[in-house]
Amino acid sequence: MKRFTAFVRKEFLHIFRDSRTMLILFAMPVVQILIFGFVITTEISDASIAILDKSKNEMTREITAKLASSGYYNIKHLLHSENEIEAAFKRDRVKMVVVFEPQFSKRFYADKQASVQLIADASDANSARILTNYAEGIITSYQNSKNSDVGAVAKPIETQVRMFYNENLDGVFMSVPGIMAMILMLVSAMMTSISITKEKEFGSMEVLLISPLKPFQIILGKVTPYILLAFVNVLTILAMGYWVFHVPIRGSLFLLLGESMLFTLLALSLGIFISTVAQNQMVAMFMSMFALMLPTILLSGFIYPVENMPYVLQLISHLMPPKWFIIIVKSVMLKGNGIMYVWKETLILMSFTLLFVGLSIKKFQVRLK
Amino acid sequence: MNEPVISVKNLVKRFGNFTANDHLNFHVDKGEIFGFLGANGAGKTTAMRILSGLSKSTEGEVVVAGYNVNTHPEKVKQNIGYMSQKFSLFEDLTIWENMRFFAAIYGLSTAVFKERAQMLLNKLGIFHEKDRLVGELSLGWKQKLAFSVAILHRPSIVFLDEPTSGVDPITRRQFWEMIYQASAEGITVFVTTHYMDEAEYCNRVTIMVDGRIEALDTPAALKKQFAARNMNEVFLTLARPNNQ
Amino acid sequence: MRTILFLLQKEFLQIFRNKVMLRLMFVLPVVQLIVLVNAANMDMKNIRITIVDADKSSMSQRLIQDLDASPFFEVGVLVPTKADAIDLIKRNKTDVVLYIPYMLQHDSQLSHKPSVQIIADAVDATRAQLAYGYLSGIVRRLSLQWQVADVTMLQLSKIQVVSSFWFNPELNFKYYMLPGILVILVTIIGLFLSSMNLVREKEVGTAEQMNVTPVKKYQFIIGKLVPFLVIGIIELALGLIIGHLLYNIPFDGSIAVLFSFTTLYLLAILGLGLLLSSRSETQQQVMLLSYFFLLIFVMMSGVFTAVENMPLWAQKLNYLNPLYYFMNVIRGVLLKGSGFMDLWPEFVSISAYAIGSLSLAIWSYRKTS
Repeated sequence: MKRFTAFVRKEFLHIFRDSRTMLILFAMPVVQILIFGFVITTEISDASIAILDKSKNEMTREITAKLASSGYYNIKHLLHSENEIEAAFKRDRVKMVVVFEPQFSKRFYADKQASVQLIADASDANSARILTNYAEGIITSYQNSKNSDVGAVAKPIETQVRMFYNENLDGVFMSVPGIMAMILMLVSAMMTSISITKEKEFGSMEVLLISPLKPFQIILGKVTPYILLAFVNVLTILAMGYWVFHVPIRGSLFLLLGESMLFTLLALSLGIFISTVAQNQMVAMFMSMFALMLPTILLSGFIYPVENMPYVLQLISHLMPPKWFIIIVKSVMLKGNGIMYVWKETLILMSFTLLFVGLSIKKFQVRLK
Repeated sequence: MNEPVISVKNLVKRFGNFTANDHLNFHVDKGEIFGFLGANGAGKTTAMRILSGLSKSTEGEVVVAGYNVNTHPEKVKQNIGYMSQKFSLFEDLTIWENMRFFAAIYGLSTAVFKERAQMLLNKLGIFHEKDRLVGELSLGWKQKLAFSVAILHRPSIVFLDEPTSGVDPITRRQFWEMIYQASAEGITVFVTTHYMDEAEYCNRVTIMVDGRIEALDTPAALKKQFAARNMNEVFLTLARPNNQ
Repeated sequence: MRTILFLLQKEFLQIFRNKVMLRLMFVLPVVQLIVLVNAANMDMKNIRITIVDADKSSMSQRLIQDLDASPFFEVGVLVPTKADAIDLIKRNKTDVVLYIPYMLQHDSQLSHKPSVQIIADAVDATRAQLAYGYLSGIVRRLSLQWQVADVTMLQLSKIQVVSSFWFNPELNFKYYMLPGILVILVTIIGLFLSSMNLVREKEVGTAEQMNVTPVKKYQFIIGKLVPFLVIGIIELALGLIIGHLLYNIPFDGSIAVLFSFTTLYLLAILGLGLLLSSRSETQQQVMLLSYFFLLIFVMMSGVFTAVENMPLWAQKLNYLNPLYYFMNVIRGVLLKGSGFMDLWPEFVSISAYAIGSLSLAIWSYRKTS
């Protein structure tokens, strides 16, 4: 035991003495949550648009003014002919062009039908659709206001809405669980896989293995500092979320931290497994990088909802441990649920952990023979 | 044998408050085998790194192969060979590829490289293994190969940093035979070691203690000066006062 | 020149000899590209809705039918009480609850201020908002059809809104995603290969051996740059071929423009990698540093969320983000057919970036310490 504590102390010193690494490890979650809280948003605001007004009468001016005052659009250019549209998209990078037909108000009042064309830059398909939808809504409500004198549109059914758990529809709520998953994966899986592979690469693992320390003690000694680091990171993220972005912690903090530790262990065991497979640090890095980073971001439901993905991808997403962790965090932290609501996901995380530990032991024994 | 190829005047190297080299003064003559002895941490490697242009001195004037190391380190590098403590050929390249690479770096033509590499490998008796990966060789072979690569471009001086640490006695002997041969061909050999028996093979020996040169002479003269039977005793006499 | 050729020969020999690495370098990105391109789909389909029908009128039946017919909603089992429905939200079994109160039909006929209640799980704010939007739209339309059947619709003037989507008329999300993921993959390859490679040589000791040779700094750096540049470009070409064959990604612009920009971009990224590596001692350190930069670059670049929606200061910060430029260029060239004249600002910026990062890298690389 004494040997073991001495070994752990040595590992701690290795990591904590490297002040730059420490700085990055602590700064990373802070920077990430700041970016997600302040920068990333899917809400449209001030999208550059251009107007091609072939009527130039009161109605088209009113609609243009309505678009401008909505906050969604920023009218950057006024075009004079259809020929200018392409350049507006390519060179001036506007996202949408609104085209009013000639004699717009005459057509509206006399012919009972006027038409507006919305041309969106669909190289960003998502923004294109939202931009046209919003504009359509604004134009339709303008049309209704012009019709209001025609006859009473009878009393419509009202919709009362309650936004559960997130009254202000704050986007950062979704990011906190995702950032936790990413940081824990990074610290626990990537860092450990590389640090253990390094020992292997430079032969110091052999030295350790012939020491009186047992193999599992060596591994444990290597990962203990990272457990601590991961824990501090979890606390940082929760604290930043709570105090800076007012993301509540509705469930039991104890349960939340417990689940985070479970996920940390899972990530560590994955890191250890990678290190038994990789023969050098570069390979370990590439495996963790490609296996962990993009799939964690994309398949865990962190940015894009899993429900919208093709069926095959949904199946693959089940194999992504972060997905289950994110479900747990959302449930416990934001919905205030207890273990009864997340026991299934918890079991899944445990099974992943056992699987990776088992695989690592098997690989390790093979190598020793 | 009278023109110095290395001349060091008042060399000082400090790392913060720590003085690794404290006013070193010596010169090395052409073709000499110059031994640089000292305990671990005495400042041998630091001095050697300065001499070979890897590190800058804090004070003093160092001229190697006719060039001032501080002002013309790249000129110096063209004229020296260097073999570091850590084995540093490319393990994922073959013997032949390593030699070809370093030959090209030093500007040898392909014809000259082929001729010399063939000769050196034949001398080592491993020409038939030239296509083996260096990583697969034993430490002894690696060291002998690294030495051959270090003198491939016929430098006027070759720096060897503890070249024989960790290799077996037979290989050590073979290694020293290679050193003698190189010296006979006119290459000055600057070697650090902490094997005192190896010190006996040198023309002249420097003993460093705590960053200072405590003795510098031929092994015979040193033994006489300190009334010692062998270099080991000389070394212990010099190093001991600091251990107490 | 001869020296550089031999340096290159050595680097390529080393790269091709490491079969594991070679496979990781080409197979992993390709697999990721094929799989992850499908992940991004902001199309809100299959929003799980639970209906509590306390009215049980023909009107509420009609509403349920309408929801069932809508592509956006997946109507789950009817539950008897609101509390049951809310519990389903808690359990993450449904996304939104529609409560139809008793006497809805009755009220609306009497113009009594009829209303329905919508309760959304707003942990995912975007999804909740969209669900609410669709749902209230369906309710409004129904109430109009129901009540205004007798009002002569013909009297009303209409503004017809025609939306068209340029550059991607079918709003194919893959067109948006593939260039994005490709950019990330090329960046990972460039940044991590270059930064880790040099630090690895430091760790093994071959860097010192190189430093004691008369190789010039610029020769050494070119020797390190060119192989990774070539790999990065092959990676891009491979990705484009896959995009074309598998996903039918359009290639409207000039190949020359895209590849010449990519070359400049890779030089900038490789310079950055070399700069980071000259400031690091271990592969773990440099990996962490590179990851830190990569993550910020990726998140800010508009790969996953549009840059226009970001706050102005964040958009300004993007001028320092090489990925932002690459993103604009690859989407511009592939989808919009933008040419050099449209993209020259990006060319100017990335050239400045490349010159800056490469000179810093050469300057900070020390043969003598």
